[in-house]
Amino acid sequence: MSNGVTAAWRGVAALACLYFATPIAAADTIYVSNEKDNTITVVDGASLMPVKTIPVGQRPRGILLSKDEKSLYICASDSDHIEVLDLADDKVVRTLPSGADPEYFALDPTGKLLYVANEDDNLVTIVDIDRGAVVTEIPVGVEPEGMGISPDGKYLVNTSETTNMAHVIDTAKREVVANILVDSRPRRAVWTADGAQFWVSAEIGGTVSVVDADKREIVKRIAFAVPGVPTEAIQPVGIAITRDRKLAFVALGPANRVAVVDAQSYEVLRYLLVGQRVWSLAFNPDQSRLYTTNGVSNDISVIDVGSLKVIKSVPVGQSPWGVVSHP
Amino acid sequence: MPRCALLMTILIIVATLVATRAYADAQTVQIGWLSQAVKRTLPLSYLDQPPEDEGVQGARLGIADNNTTGHFTGQSFELVERVTPEDGDIATAFRDLAAKGTRLVVTDLAAPDLLAVAGLSEAATATIFNTGASDDRLRGEDCRANILHLLPSWAMLADALIQYLVTKRWPALLLVVGHGEGDREFAGDIRHAAQKFQAHIVKEKPWTFVPGARRTDTGHFAIQAEVARFTQGISYDVLVVADEEDEFGDDLSYRTFDPRPVAGTQSLVPSAWARPHEQWGATQLQDRFLHQAKRWMTDRDYAAWMAVRAIGEAATRSKSTDPAAISAFLRSDRFELAAYKGARLSFRSWDGQLRQPILLADARSLVSVSPQPGFLHQFSELDTLGIDKPETKCRMG
Repeated sequence: MSNGVTAAWRGVAALACLYFATPIAAADTIYVSNEKDNTITVVDGASLMPVKTIPVGQRPRGILLSKDEKSLYICASDSDHIEVLDLADDKVVRTLPSGADPEYFALDPTGKLLYVANEDDNLVTIVDIDRGAVVTEIPVGVEPEGMGISPDGKYLVNTSETTNMAHVIDTAKREVVANILVDSRPRRAVWTADGAQFWVSAEIGGTVSVVDADKREIVKRIAFAVPGVPTEAIQPVGIAITRDRKLAFVALGPANRVAVVDAQSYEVLRYLLVGQRVWSLAFNPDQSRLYTTNGVSNDISVIDVGSLKVIKSVPVGQSPWGVVSHP
Repeated sequence: MPRCALLMTILIIVATLVATRAYADAQTVQIGWLSQAVKRTLPLSYLDQPPEDEGVQGARLGIADNNTTGHFTGQSFELVERVTPEDGDIATAFRDLAAKGTRLVVTDLAAPDLLAVAGLSEAATATIFNTGASDDRLRGEDCRANILHLLPSWAMLADALIQYLVTKRWPALLLVVGHGEGDREFAGDIRHAAQKFQAHIVKEKPWTFVPGARRTDTGHFAIQAEVARFTQGISYDVLVVADEEDEFGDDLSYRTFDPRPVAGTQSLVPSAWARPHEQWGATQLQDRFLHQAKRWMTDRDYAAWMAVRAIGEAATRSKSTDPAAISAFLRSDRFELAAYKGARLSFRSWDGQLRQPILLADARSLVSVSPQPGFLHQFSELDTLGIDKPETKCRMG
């Protein structure tokens, strides 16, 4: 009897704690693809605890939310297709063709087309989601990787890792209209929300190139230097830029740091220590938090964007690769 | 059927026209390939027979990769292959390439042949890319200003291995040396590395046993007994073997008197490239190579791929197809090559050696990659492997 009363009071107390601890914005749900486990880990954004592991296809890497936010698209690289995960019941309900070895992709702003990088075939494949069919293929450089679509959907930027270029593709003509030589092994291409620039990370070159989208010229090459870390370990991959273009975050791979960059002056403000081999970055919906996947330490780090502090690391599956926040 | 044939013909003509048009205004970089068909001794293991097209397949893949990039930059790359027979005249083959205007030549030749070619008057304005010889002297007293080395030297391989063994705190070594010249050189490099990184060689023993009829039934008894006897009564952590020709090294593991791991030219092997390597996007290169050559990439294939890719990278960055401009760019501090080993590679100014991480792998798994963390260098940690600037014997003049 007295035990039951205590338990009830504990429950009330816990609920009260939860109530006061929960931020005003609705908590998000975080999805992380685990390359080696062939799973997606679901993390609750309020408690920052892993709540579920979903088995998916072989070697899941790039992940994206559908336009209606009801599904998650997953590049199952070694299964050579894209899977559609229904977020209502966390089950794979469909697969889409993708061409061989899909690694990373972009969703056009209408939500109807996926642009997929086929790393083994030097192609970008365009997939019609409703029809579940390949529309066309565009030849690009060796080992296409990064995919960034402009906010208006008119241009797609694809990077090729061995050709060391950012290819600008006109999405209406479906052809390459410009090639910009960047530093070695370019990985991600990320547009600013105003569509004026796209930023390209170069993993081996150790830099981020800021490209003027109209002139298609590099306006700034951002270099990084972390005291006590060998320059070879500084390998930029993931990029996240705030909507107001005040701050940019760059994941530096085996340097185990995320660089915080003033996105107006391009000055590196500080380096945040996160998990090992930090890879992909994603904001939560109101951009108060940034999540990082750490491929070697098998966790994600949570960065508070306001204070620029790492507030938590959450264990996920093996070799976490992609991360997405769902409102 | 005739209609089909006609269609095919038209298609081929159209394809040819398109190809010709695409390259009509492209500037071409001609890259020579020079190697000699050498009858190699069969390795001890029946499993890995030496491929006949070793090296050149890597160069061909490099050309394909360069041309994909060249498609966007208006540059094209062409490989002119010259494989001389075993008793053929290499100098004539080189002169033939030079007469065609080829100034960038990738070679897979033994050290004496390489030096002979580099000394030809036709080679004075050429750049030769060595992808076949690991000899230290080519980076030391016999270095040449017109040679760049893509394969790591024996010294780099020895340093990479010893760094790892020291990191593991396995510093006491039993060094077993075969009768070949390369074996003695590698053994010398192991001694040097042991001194440099504070390992110690407990004992050094020459391997002289010839097992004879290994394939006879019960042949394994003789080998087992011999290796146990050979290693008995010695206190050591790791057996390091120098057997470049693959004559006995694979017969040592699991047969020593005490349970000790084997490393060196067999078992745990330091090398430029390894079959189990799949980090830093290496899977893509392995896949592309398998698809093209229908076999696994060896370190010589990899060295040849790197040579051609280095030329391509220099041509793209310098926006030039002029061999002199490409060579100058390759040696400048602006040159960097990404080659699936997680580091930017460049050529050492003092001996023309490509600085690169070294893989440590056995047949089925990648064990480690050197330089090991903690081995520091004022300029580049990659220069903790091999002969550094202050100790080089290379005088290019």
